[in-house]
Amino acid sequence: MYKTPCSRLSGLIGVSVKQKLVQNVPECKQTARSLIQLHKRDPSNWLTYQHLNFLKRQYVAKNSSELHQRAVPKPAPTQTIVDERDVGVERRVQRIPAIAPVVADTVPQSEDITSQARPAISPSEPDTDDAPAQKDSASSGSATSGEPPHIHVETDEAKEARLDRQWKLLKVDVAELPDVYAKLAKIKLTALVVTSAAAGFAMAPVPFDPLIFFVASLGTCLASCTANSINQYFEVPFDSNMNRTKNRPLVRGQISPLHAVSFALACGVPGIALLSLAVNPLTGFLGALNIFLYTCCYTPLKRLSIANTWVGAVVGAIPPVMGWTAATGCLEPGALLMGGFLYCWQFPHFNALSWNLREDYSRGGYRMMSVTHPGMCKRVALRHSLGLVGLAALAPALDVTTWTFPVVSLPINLYISYLAFRFYRRGDRDSARKLFFCSLWHLPMLLLLALTCKKPRREQELEAGLVAPPTASPPLALQS
Amino acid sequence: MASRSAAAAFSPFALSAARRLVGLNMRKCSSKLATQQPPKPKRSPFRPEAVTHDWIGPPNPLSNLRPVVYFVPEDESELQRRLRRLRQETEDWNHEFWTQQNISFNKGKDSFISSQLSEKGLSLRDENGRRRTLGSEDMAVFYKSFLDTNRTRHSDYNKEWYRRNFLITLLMGRVALKASWRSITERCRKTRADDK
Repeated sequence: MYKTPCSRLSGLIGVSVKQKLVQNVPECKQTARSLIQLHKRDPSNWLTYQHLNFLKRQYVAKNSSELHQRAVPKPAPTQTIVDERDVGVERRVQRIPAIAPVVADTVPQSEDITSQARPAISPSEPDTDDAPAQKDSASSGSATSGEPPHIHVETDEAKEARLDRQWKLLKVDVAELPDVYAKLAKIKLTALVVTSAAAGFAMAPVPFDPLIFFVASLGTCLASCTANSINQYFEVPFDSNMNRTKNRPLVRGQISPLHAVSFALACGVPGIALLSLAVNPLTGFLGALNIFLYTCCYTPLKRLSIANTWVGAVVGAIPPVMGWTAATGCLEPGALLMGGFLYCWQFPHFNALSWNLREDYSRGGYRMMSVTHPGMCKRVALRHSLGLVGLAALAPALDVTTWTFPVVSLPINLYISYLAFRFYRRGDRDSARKLFFCSLWHLPMLLLLALTCKKPRREQELEAGLVAPPTASPPLALQS
Repeated sequence: MASRSAAAAFSPFALSAARRLVGLNMRKCSSKLATQQPPKPKRSPFRPEAVTHDWIGPPNPLSNLRPVVYFVPEDESELQRRLRRLRQETEDWNHEFWTQQNISFNKGKDSFISSQLSEKGLSLRDENGRRRTLGSEDMAVFYKSFLDTNRTRHSDYNKEWYRRNFLITLLMGRVALKASWRSITERCRKTRADDK
């Protein structure tokens, strides 16, 4: 019965079941758990019956039992939430099942006396009066008048309890570690970096060696994890003050700085060793250089000068070069071209991203083009988007791809240039967001197209005169 | 004794079984409770007492930094005390800086907005009673000026922060090494004593 697929029905059933549970708690532990799990699955259920006033009185917070639900009517959306930061962070910080976060909503309404756990802001925050839930106030007005002293005692304790819960032990929770490491290493960004390195590897005009490919990818992944961890280690107080980054593991204290540095070393040393010894020293050198550039140049420069964006673009351009050198063992124009693609792509990507974060960057003390030189920011993004078109045209000239590549990639390059132009002209949040999201799919598409248009090796060898052309047919026929 | 200090030194590393804090999980399942430390006994408002480990709290509304309540073991060594003091000092210094930063930023922003609006001849609030906001190009002027006026302050803070962060990590490393060395030697001594 509790597993009915119809979510609304289960809500109403749940309420009636709860009444029974309240009376028969010891016998119903199992059902309580399944009920809670059911609610966990559909947090939106709370909306459906919370607004039914008559049901509010049945919500019980039983401190002594396992049925520890603290139900609160959903707050009206237009309230000014004073403890918003507290609330928001608590929600994110605590992985409480869906029922519990409702507790954290600062509902400054005096009618919540039925719920014992109400952290009452109402006595102390008069300015939240401007957003009462009118539909609730009528029904609970009568109830309020009857029990004021009761509220104060309960709510102070409840507030204390709530704030206590926000304190966490500074102790490593082993179960959380994989998640913590993933966040520390910025796993998604690392995945993109490895993808670009893999693309560089695949574009190299040599026979594809899967073992070296795997080793090079692994090495790049480890190097990227190191760089990201050190970056987060350096930036703890800045990250705490920016909305985008305030839930990083070091900010939340899930691990200590020493632990983060140890993790970085544990990734970096094997990673660079792997690249230098198992692949080739050039790739290892490039990996180490990239880590150095990111942690010791880009990260401090972010707060000193806008040149950080250019350094960051170089940091992004090195992985495909690494991929190429892993395959061939030497630095060729083709490698630099692949790097060039990434370099040019970084600008529309990052400038668009930073456009909507200007306030946070300014408050945090970051010197970004979008904050200090907004005109330049837009110009540079446009310039480099157009540069992508030029680079695509250069690819056949360097024997990296066939002539089909500039043609096939023209639509997506023109599209991103168009969005960059719109961003240049309008410079508003919407155009920046559009450009940013376009850049996210543009790069993988570009690399994929390059891969499909890769110049076949046979042709290259023919042109280089390494292989004697077959006598029967002229060489030209092969190039069609 | 050494084990407790080892535990404290290893508090960043403590590899306990996966036990969640009671408060997180709302359901006071008795089996879980029994295996955890008792809920904080007596405390000043909103600050738990550190019995075995440090506690980290919710972000401060002014500085957005999280306060830490440090655990002081009975047999705290000189090194550990130095570390704890440095961490506490750094935390206070950071809090000071960021509180001032956030306050001055918000004040500057408000005064900039009101001065710009009065220049344009507009009131602070529009017809609907909502506060007027300036366009991003206008705000960019303020953001740039804020960064420029605080340039030296920011770079000084950076240098100091990097230095402190590095020092704290170094001390943590030394404490951890010392504690592990001590526990290893104790274990060796114990096994030798057992053998005899």
